[in-house]
Amino acid sequence: METTQSYFFMDMSVMLGRSMRHVFRSMDTIITVTLMPIAMMLLFVYVLGGAIQTGTDNYVNYLLPGIMLIAIANSIGYTSYRLFLDMERGIFERFHSMPISRSAALWGHVLTSLVSNVISVAVIILVALVMGFRSTAGGLSWLAVAGILALFTLALTWIAAIAGLSAKSVDGAVAVAYPIHFLPLISSAFVPTASMPGPVRAFAENQPVTSIVETIRSLLSNQPVGNEIWVALAWCVGIILVAYFFAKRVYQKRV
Amino acid sequence: MENMQNQAIRVEGLRKSYKQLHVLRGVDFEVAKGSVFALLGSNGSGKTTIVKILTTLLKHDSGNVTVNGFDVALKPDGVRQSISLTGQFAAVDEILTGRENLILIARLRHLRNARQVADDLIKRFGLTDAADRRASTYSGGMRRRLDIAMSLVGNSQLVFLDEPTTGLDPEARIEVWKIVKELASSGITVFLTTQYLEEAEQLADQIAILDKGTIIVSGTLAELKKLFPPAKVEYIEKQPTLEEIFLAIVGKNQEN
Repeated sequence: METTQSYFFMDMSVMLGRSMRHVFRSMDTIITVTLMPIAMMLLFVYVLGGAIQTGTDNYVNYLLPGIMLIAIANSIGYTSYRLFLDMERGIFERFHSMPISRSAALWGHVLTSLVSNVISVAVIILVALVMGFRSTAGGLSWLAVAGILALFTLALTWIAAIAGLSAKSVDGAVAVAYPIHFLPLISSAFVPTASMPGPVRAFAENQPVTSIVETIRSLLSNQPVGNEIWVALAWCVGIILVAYFFAKRVYQKRV
Repeated sequence: MENMQNQAIRVEGLRKSYKQLHVLRGVDFEVAKGSVFALLGSNGSGKTTIVKILTTLLKHDSGNVTVNGFDVALKPDGVRQSISLTGQFAAVDEILTGRENLILIARLRHLRNARQVADDLIKRFGLTDAADRRASTYSGGMRRRLDIAMSLVGNSQLVFLDEPTTGLDPEARIEVWKIVKELASSGITVFLTTQYLEEAEQLADQIAILDKGTIIVSGTLAELKKLFPPAKVEYIEKQPTLEEIFLAIVGKNQEN
């Protein structure tokens, strides 16, 4: 008899294909995760940029890392929304009564979050290039940037999974996204933290997004990353481990 | 031994509690292969809990439960290979089209000819015109048909239908009844739950009535009828029910 484990990756890719259709068929998702960050980038560069002093000659170069993180943060609510609906509408029950690996359905959503963010970040980088973004970074640095963005996505995705799996209503499922949306805004994504008043600056400098933004910025401009990269990695990996543990527990309890 | 081979489902002393709430207090029944079995009971009597246990979605506290020869607790994969579930709420993916829904399930069942399987079911369930529309645009009856069609992907020999007609209008309900009768005549075992007496009477070979967590009676319709006082011959004027009137008028309109 065939074993369900041997089909795990095949099942997961079918699940991925399904959720990617959900993403591409939702104008709302495309606007929030791709068009809105691009609009913000345009706004900050061409409207506000003239008044912002960052100490770099090219504000797009300064801004891009933060915009990428905003795009990823914006996508998180949709992951919990899709998970919640699958739970609520009995889709997961249907899958779980079939001979497929139990976690394939969950991993399908996680993978969808990764793949859809790769696409939206790639589009954002293309637009940034048109707007004058230039990087002297080599292949290895770009690889490191991709890795950090993937870890950041996974960290937020697992938090979203907890919300989507344990929520009692759609509102509850997507509520997780709001505090996450704020993190990039109160960080060094738009302006250096040195310009902020004391308490705000203290928060900005000690929350995960700033260290991730600084690391990506250093990598893209060929500057030494210093300690920031370890702080960024510690945040991402730490959140992934904790959130994955709880998401897995909620999932096992619910199904 | 021979007896066991003829059984699709065997349940002995099944118990399930949620904390202080004893939902199932020792349920026993058997379902013969190729039959239509109706589990009848009011809301909250534990019907869905039984379906969830039989389809491996829920673990039971005690008792022996065998589905197609596989113990649900010990060999859940074997059970899942040989059954399909149509849950209480039509579990179709609303963003996908009817065709995509069927192909999705065929792929997850690892069938080689997923497209062909989907095409056949679309034809069989009269969904040809709607096949490439998103399921969110379907009526309740169409959604249920797609839902049942999805359950038939992969030729399961045992199909669970949990309240398949709840929330459907009379016409859609009769459509579902027709489908169930077709399944039965093709030799598939059907396990059906319902709160409608008429539905059980129309479809089932075997009926079991679940009340307060136990089966209070079970048997064929003829056997159940024997439990009541013998029929008396009375002359009464039979008024048409509103449902009969509705169906007669709608039927006439369709003919015109």
